[in-house]
Amino acid sequence: MSLQVPSRAKGGATPSTKAVILVGGPARGTRFRPLSLDVPKPLFDVAGHPILEHCLNAVAKVPDIKEVFIIGYYEESVFRDFIRDAARNYPNFSIKYLREYQALGTAGGLYHFRDAILKGRPDRFFVINADVCCSFPLTEMLKLFDDRDAEAVILGTRVNDDAATNFGCIVSDAHNKRVLHYVEKPESHISNLINCGVYLFSTECIFPAVKSAIKRRTERPRLVSYPSTEALDSSFFDQDDAEKSEVIRLEQDILSDLADSRQFFVLETKDFWRQIKTAGSAVPANALYLQKAFQSGSEEISKPSANILPPVYIHPTARVDPTAKLGPNVSIGANVTIGPGVRVKEAIVLEDAEIKHDSCVMYAIVGWSSKIGAWARVEGTPTPVASHNTTIIKNGVKVQSITILGKDCGVRDEVRVQNCVCLPNKELKRDVTNEVIM
Amino acid sequence: MKALILVGGFGTRLRPLTLTLPKPLVEFANKPMIEHQVESLAAAGVTDIVLAVNYRPEIMTAALKRYEQEYGVKIEFSVESEPLGTAGPLKLAEKILGKDDSPFFVLNSDVICDYPFKQLAAFHKSHGDEGTIIVTKVEEPSKYGVVVHKPNHASRIDRFVEKPVEFVGNRINAGIYILNPSVLRRIELRPTSIEQETFPAICEDGQLHSFDLEGFWMDVGQPKDFLSGTCLYLSSLTKKGAKQLTPTSESYVHGGNVLIDPTAKIGKHCRIGPNVTIGPNVVVGDGVRLQRCVLLSGSKVKDHAWIKSTIVGWNSSVGKWARLENVTVLGDDVSIGDEIYVNGGSVLPHKSIKQNVDVPAIIM
Repeated sequence: MSLQVPSRAKGGATPSTKAVILVGGPARGTRFRPLSLDVPKPLFDVAGHPILEHCLNAVAKVPDIKEVFIIGYYEESVFRDFIRDAARNYPNFSIKYLREYQALGTAGGLYHFRDAILKGRPDRFFVINADVCCSFPLTEMLKLFDDRDAEAVILGTRVNDDAATNFGCIVSDAHNKRVLHYVEKPESHISNLINCGVYLFSTECIFPAVKSAIKRRTERPRLVSYPSTEALDSSFFDQDDAEKSEVIRLEQDILSDLADSRQFFVLETKDFWRQIKTAGSAVPANALYLQKAFQSGSEEISKPSANILPPVYIHPTARVDPTAKLGPNVSIGANVTIGPGVRVKEAIVLEDAEIKHDSCVMYAIVGWSSKIGAWARVEGTPTPVASHNTTIIKNGVKVQSITILGKDCGVRDEVRVQNCVCLPNKELKRDVTNEVIM
Repeated sequence: MKALILVGGFGTRLRPLTLTLPKPLVEFANKPMIEHQVESLAAAGVTDIVLAVNYRPEIMTAALKRYEQEYGVKIEFSVESEPLGTAGPLKLAEKILGKDDSPFFVLNSDVICDYPFKQLAAFHKSHGDEGTIIVTKVEEPSKYGVVVHKPNHASRIDRFVEKPVEFVGNRINAGIYILNPSVLRRIELRPTSIEQETFPAICEDGQLHSFDLEGFWMDVGQPKDFLSGTCLYLSSLTKKGAKQLTPTSESYVHGGNVLIDPTAKIGKHCRIGPNVTIGPNVVVGDGVRLQRCVLLSGSKVKDHAWIKSTIVGWNSSVGKWARLENVTVLGDDVSIGDEIYVNGGSVLPHKSIKQNVDVPAIIM
């Protein structure tokens, strides 16, 4: 395949589009622990469906996408069942998992699999980070792409000024939406329009850009390595990997150049957007997806009643006592048992968990097969609606705002667990606050 | 016989409850503190009771009128224009206490125990000296004023040692005395302390004896001790097989020591106890868990709430799935929202709590 820039095919046939979903790998989603100790993050259920499925739902709304790639470095077996089921549920496109054997970076991975992506000569393709929770306005991105004759479109959203430096910041022309400048996790304030981790690239643009970045890297290795704490895509790398020349990241190595020289535009979404980075961030993501499903009249959402404050998702196999009060923003997994007089709000209760009578679960994630005793209270702290942070400061100490129980945990009768993260297979016999329980 | 009850001031240590009712009228085990004392005094043959107060709580007059009738006693206020300490009020009430030669009782209004007034009077009469004070055994005498006896004498007190560093004994002044009217001559009408001035002087003359208290004793002047005292009192009722306790055969009673007023309503699937008192007209919803707590009259606990080590004030309401613990005290007419957690909150009357109180705090 030649990487010489060919003349763009204008007019004529409708341009064809593919989609790539970046899922990262098992050594990366560490901040999703303790939940990722038992389930790979892309398959974690949010609002009743794996995170990855929410991405596929978005892709399925774009009719001309016929082929979807999932790129990551999990073992093939991890996604085998998911892809088999997806093939049945999404008849309009094919899904393939492309496994990187070493971490290549977000752009490096795309480049590595360029032959697969370019097969059939698509004009453009979406790149979606799987750990993003948003309404994925892909059709609007396509429209902007066409209207501006773009080579690249990035999805952006506004955040509070003080939060912006944790993300990739975009400076754009307010009138024509062109990206003028891009910088990943700047030290100082540059813009509060940030990178949502969803892109649309023309094939003619992105691969040559990656290639020249690789060339430049071999000639002039990057001196600065970015701290990987809160950056949007940092979970896709290690610092060690980043030092290797083959690791090429879209955010650090490509987008800035695109802003300099290309037809690079930003679509600013006014809709919700969250990263699903830490395990606790699954709770706001769950809330946002549930609200979206409720607003769109989804059949999956339970009918509101005195004891169901919408939106609530209850898996058909779950057993919920009619005197239990659920919601808002609650997902109840398969085969869960909820006893009489239980209160659950702003929470995810995972498969096979059991919650006994008169207990109260709020701002929390209850791990698979965990058991919560009678009159127990498992509680996190609500965070401001606009906050992108999943920690809070309590008595001068940074603690998780969401309480998380890993798989097979137990909370004894009447015990209170507040702002704690509990690793799998632990039984909590006494009240605990602001702790990580190993 | 005669008695003086030292009530003193506003009972600030028992706020926020005492912002609504004077301390003697706050119900302890569903009965005003003062009524426990009046009842016991009357049973021991006391006919004249003086309440030493340094304010005049009009609200008490009606209650006291009722006790006068019910227990056949005469109750009078002795109002200090300035605080006179613990001995001054005796002098102020000299007209009543010294009207005849019979000894009189003195008790601190905060002290709760099985008042052994009859035995105390008998013992006092038997030794014939000026005064007898009730002493109680404590585990940590270093926090109190400890009684030291004369060598080779079981009851005659030699001296008092305030907060001893070294062990000198484990009996402390329980705040209940019987004194001969002659003691009144030892007291001047000024602010003065019975413990620090009057008793040491009687000791000097070898005229003061101690009387060992059987069973529990507690100064219930502050919420934490009010709860502990409630536990001790209920345990003693259980020991005596008192009929007013709710029988443990009742399905919701858990661990015993539960005292529920007959007018209270209890919901389904509750687990109540141990050490719970529930006052008149209280409504407890379904699936409520109560332990080591006091629900004062007219309060309401909604479904699935969990309450421990808490005093729920009169007419207060506790929301569904709320959790109160760690010496939380709700004043009169406080409202705790659904699903709210309160850890050691002191909530003043008429407040509505809509956010968690994670660490002990006073909610103004």
